[in-house]
Amino acid sequence: MTSIPYTTDVRPDTGLTNPKLGIWLFLASEVMLFGSLFSAYALLRSGAPSWPDQSAIVSVPLATLNTVILISSSVTMVLAWAALTAKRVDRYRIFMGLTLLLGAAFLVVKAIEYSDKLALGLVPATNNFLGLYFTLTGLHALHVVGGLVVNAYLLGPGARMWKSEPERFTNRVEVAGIYWHFVDVVWIFLFPVLYLL
Amino acid sequence: MLGALSAPMRFLKYLISTDHKVIGLLYAVTSLCFLLVGFTLVIVMRWQLAYPGEPLPFIGELFGVANTPGGIVLPEFYNQLGAMHGTIMVFLGVVPLAVGAFGNYLVPLQIGAPDMAFPRLNLASYWLYLAGGLVMLVSFFVPGGAANNGWTSYAPLSDLAPGHGQTMWLGGMGLIIFSSLLGALNFITTIIQLRAPGLTWFRLPFFVWAQFITAFLLLLAFPALQAAAVLQGMDRLAGTSFFLPSGLAVSGQALDVAGEGNALLWQHLFWFLGHPEVYVLILPAMGIVAEVITNNTRKPLWGYRLMVYSVFVLGFLSFIVWAHHMFLTGMGTTISAFFQATTMIISIPSVIILSSLMLSLYGGSIRFTTPMLFALAFLPMFGIGGLTGLPLGLAATDVPLHDTNYVVGHFHYLVAPGTIFALFAGIYYWFPRVTGRMMNDTLGRIHFVGSLICMNLIFMPMFIQGLAGVNRRLWDGGEQYAHAQGVLSLNVTMSMAALGLAFFQLFFVANLFASLRGGRVADSNPWKATTLEWSSAGPVRAYRDPYVYSLPGAPTDFVPQNQRPDERPDAS
Repeated sequence: MTSIPYTTDVRPDTGLTNPKLGIWLFLASEVMLFGSLFSAYALLRSGAPSWPDQSAIVSVPLATLNTVILISSSVTMVLAWAALTAKRVDRYRIFMGLTLLLGAAFLVVKAIEYSDKLALGLVPATNNFLGLYFTLTGLHALHVVGGLVVNAYLLGPGARMWKSEPERFTNRVEVAGIYWHFVDVVWIFLFPVLYLL
Repeated sequence: MLGALSAPMRFLKYLISTDHKVIGLLYAVTSLCFLLVGFTLVIVMRWQLAYPGEPLPFIGELFGVANTPGGIVLPEFYNQLGAMHGTIMVFLGVVPLAVGAFGNYLVPLQIGAPDMAFPRLNLASYWLYLAGGLVMLVSFFVPGGAANNGWTSYAPLSDLAPGHGQTMWLGGMGLIIFSSLLGALNFITTIIQLRAPGLTWFRLPFFVWAQFITAFLLLLAFPALQAAAVLQGMDRLAGTSFFLPSGLAVSGQALDVAGEGNALLWQHLFWFLGHPEVYVLILPAMGIVAEVITNNTRKPLWGYRLMVYSVFVLGFLSFIVWAHHMFLTGMGTTISAFFQATTMIISIPSVIILSSLMLSLYGGSIRFTTPMLFALAFLPMFGIGGLTGLPLGLAATDVPLHDTNYVVGHFHYLVAPGTIFALFAGIYYWFPRVTGRMMNDTLGRIHFVGSLICMNLIFMPMFIQGLAGVNRRLWDGGEQYAHAQGVLSLNVTMSMAALGLAFFQLFFVANLFASLRGGRVADSNPWKATTLEWSSAGPVRAYRDPYVYSLPGAPTDFVPQNQRPDERPDAS
């Protein structure tokens, strides 16, 4: 494979590496995806003759807990990257491990939420609010799973790159972090829209 | 080493290569096959429209008793053909050829990059596209057949369609959208980051600009359809009613769903993709035509900067015109006034680009090569397609014309003798770059003249039928409608022309295969072009604008972009 310029070093006139530009473009597309779904929510809710009291159906305490968990995981993700820039790969392992644990905890809480709903016979087909709730949080949870897979790779087999190309590995962690923060930001929008409003 | 590999192994090697040229060729071969499939579907439809209820000759039995008993096309099968013809042509044929094939092969070469910015994502993009295409094809063979709700898949019809065809359509679209997302971010990153030294933004060939804006449209518009597909998938599989209004009854039975959904939500999400998608079809075509015209007039492109600004405006405006597809939905006059205004405004940059291309011809010493013929035909054909679109952009005239054959004629003029002619021009033009051999000129000219005549004979009568009020998507071509009687015989003309078009494509296919081995051997720059894709290997650097042709005082009538100014002091 020919070597591609600006994979690791910054192109002077743009100030970017290829992966960093690529991830931002990917996220721009993701904004349009979730934006379309939020628009669908707005249109369906504003057009509905009645809308259920959301906070009476879904669990605000569990969602608050999940908000705290996900924001904490974003913090540990930044700390993991910062540890690499300080050449402290031991601390990187700890913080990346914590990020993984917190991400998994988020999914566990989500699973508890889902099973509570299903146990009460509240399924996507019940009404459009529950339909949107399952669709939006489900798609978000899929994004969390995707982030966990990438992070697990960067903690496990992918970490070998630290020995051969430390700078490139640090960039990879940064790019994975940008994605992880985006997943966090989506949740920051989902939480008020689906639980509080 | 390569010689030691057996033929299947070599084939496998191409399928997993991350080289942008190989991936571009994979896209080209695959999308040309899909174009052939889409064309075959419409030949069957055209037979049915010309001779409704009469058995299909020769191939009638091939589609199975469920679809064509005794060779007669059933209405359900006709609907599948219609929906899948549109889907395959747009999403699996034209766009992958224009962007996946031409873009992948040429953009890195024209900007002097070693490859795309993310070669492995590039390969993943191709595989997702192929998977999406196969899902679409396989859906013909599941019980109930393929999707049959039109290529727009309007809800609630598509929500409630029985069988798995529509669900597979949604899944296939999901794969295609993911593929185009990976492709789009790859193109944008490549063009921003990997331009060769000296290749500043305004030294980029217009083709690269067109691909750049196209990639942004793919990146930002397609997710709306992804969201819509997720929602419709939930409607179909999990029983939600996002697109199902309350009180809906099917065959006299009230539907057992929660209701309170909104069928127009689908249309909004679909057309939020759908309209930028129109420009995804057109912009790469304009890029190819610009390259061919400037090369064959031996003149710089007229209004290059103006064209670049126009393509930006076009890209931006294409996101705020979508509801002109929805004037019939009972939207208020304020909203329709907004979308009529934006629609009229977006025609300005389109006309600027088309005018610039035409003015580029003025005063040139035109070489009427085969690619140039296709590029020249593109101009009036695209003009007809564009101008007939104006009445559809105004609510007052759109209401009677909506869903008639007039609309079908309008967008086919844009895509068939428009975009597909540009793609043919591109194939004839860059074939020597890919294979080192020229395509046969005589066969090319027969292909051109035949296609031009047949395409006009197919699509021009559609305007006449549409103005007479003949609706599209009619299984019998309007046989049972009183107002269609006067224009019914045109169906036979159109269908014969479609068969003629198929006949003339044989010259293209034969030319393609024959020229691979037997074509005249070309040197590295047979068209005497200036852009970087024709320069021989070596460190690439650009020293000047893309189209320096007929420079006064220069020894040749073209100065390549990478020619050092001091090599020929009189050329700079």
